[in-house]
Amino acid sequence: MDPTTLIFLAFILVLSIFLGFEIISKVPATLHTPLMSGSNAISGITLVGAVIAAGSTGNETVSIILATSAVAFATINVIGGYMVTDRMLGMFRKKPTGDNK
Amino acid sequence: MSLDILINLIYIVSAILFIYGLKMLSSPATARRGNFISAIGMFLAVVTTLINKEVVDFQWIVLGFVIGAVIGAFAARLIAMTQMPEMVALFNGFGGIASLLVGWGVYHSGPSVDSLTITTIFLSILIGGVTFSGSLIAFAKLSEIIGGKPTLFPGQKVFNVLILIAIIAAGVLFIISPVSSYDILIAIIVLSLILGVLAVIPIGGADMPVVISLLNSYSGLAACAAGFVIQNNILIVSGALVGASGIILTKIMCKAMNRSLSNVLFSGFGATTTGKGGKQEGEVKPIVAEDAYYILEAASSVAFVPGYGLAVAQAQHVVRELGDLLEANGAEVYYAIHPVAGRMPGHMNVLLAEANVPYDKLYEMDDINPIMNTVDVAVVIGANDVVNPAARHDEESPIFGMPIINVDYAKTVFVLKRSMAAGFAGIGNELFFAPNTRMLFGDAKASISAVVAEFKES
Repeated sequence: MDPTTLIFLAFILVLSIFLGFEIISKVPATLHTPLMSGSNAISGITLVGAVIAAGSTGNETVSIILATSAVAFATINVIGGYMVTDRMLGMFRKKPTGDNK
Repeated sequence: MSLDILINLIYIVSAILFIYGLKMLSSPATARRGNFISAIGMFLAVVTTLINKEVVDFQWIVLGFVIGAVIGAFAARLIAMTQMPEMVALFNGFGGIASLLVGWGVYHSGPSVDSLTITTIFLSILIGGVTFSGSLIAFAKLSEIIGGKPTLFPGQKVFNVLILIAIIAAGVLFIISPVSSYDILIAIIVLSLILGVLAVIPIGGADMPVVISLLNSYSGLAACAAGFVIQNNILIVSGALVGASGIILTKIMCKAMNRSLSNVLFSGFGATTTGKGGKQEGEVKPIVAEDAYYILEAASSVAFVPGYGLAVAQAQHVVRELGDLLEANGAEVYYAIHPVAGRMPGHMNVLLAEANVPYDKLYEMDDINPIMNTVDVAVVIGANDVVNPAARHDEESPIFGMPIINVDYAKTVFVLKRSMAAGFAGIGNELFFAPNTRMLFGDAKASISAVVAEFKES
């Protein structure tokens, strides 16, 4: 990696962190648990890196094990994170539902 | 248009969808749609990566996908809402290990990597490793596989510093002599894992909300580091969003406990303070369900104050049932939630939402405290330290200065508790001896069910 790339990536990092602070500070306390499980899902973005690694392993055993388990772990986060967040957010209702008189 | 540019354009779309999705989390009304939009962003990013020209064979990708999707889907479906802290802790760890493995994999397959890339690999492995083992310990503490008490041993701080120095030394060696330094890589992995364990074991059960928030942030930073390794923008943007989110939550949690982050991380809070009760005068006044019913029946406003005990007793559904009966009886009902109630940020809100409590009845501490003196009955369910008046006036108390829900300002306070044992922080609570407090001993769910039964009989 040449230093120019590094600076460019660092630039993106810094701006994203500021953006993150701005958006996340507007999330109400009520939704902090779904925020965390949703962040779990987003941090599963490492899946992109894992897929690149797993798609270019050749036939080397150690590489295959490392990359495949990286894909598996990241997929758990993505699928599990989004699904459980959806399940949770489905419970937040404004008015009580029918079973509740 | 070259394939690379197309891929990167789609990554930009993904980033926009993530950001938009998080923005929609600012209201419970739009949050679910926001989560879906974020998921579309993820889907786009992953599918796009499959057309990357470096990706030539798919069998291992598919295998990893299938394993991960099955485990993830089952976990998401089967998990009880009371166990969300455990699940989030574990997922933080999975984020960490994935980054570690990506860093390791890149190093393993590319012998000719330059020193800048090696540095990013080092960071990816270090952050990933610490996040992974730290999260496993947090998970074990939350699920009570190991005790929630802080684990302290003599010379712990010195030992931690030594480990840290060893990691830095190994890192420097790793960066300046990348050839034949596979042994150093393994040493770095092992040391990072040890550091993660050491970082979390001295932290007590009551401080878990801070720890999971912080590890949540680390898991984002780990993704960032992996993004630097493979020079990929979308990893950096997403990782930074998660990192920022974790830091904000950590800050909120620390503020709600009136403690600094370094105090939470290094002090072993709760290990030494046990039994330091402050002054506890007056007598405990127990009450039975029937009498509790008469008082609640006459009340025109009732505030429920849940704590982790609500989750343990699985009492959220009966609490909502009682709340509904009280409303039908003409009372105003509030659910007052302290920021650190439960084991993770927002945990109580989710449990009450699960029990069909509408979210506009959930009150934050700052909204309920000003009206607390108009409340007839405050019902404290399995909460202790977050309602301890000593935090307001007793400078001797370890929790002095922590913002609390002022239940003692209500006309009557019911405290539901198993026994007179101290709370998580191991601090006695003078609230239990206050003249306006009535203790309803026993399992919270059984106690409230008994009151509900009284209501129904009448």
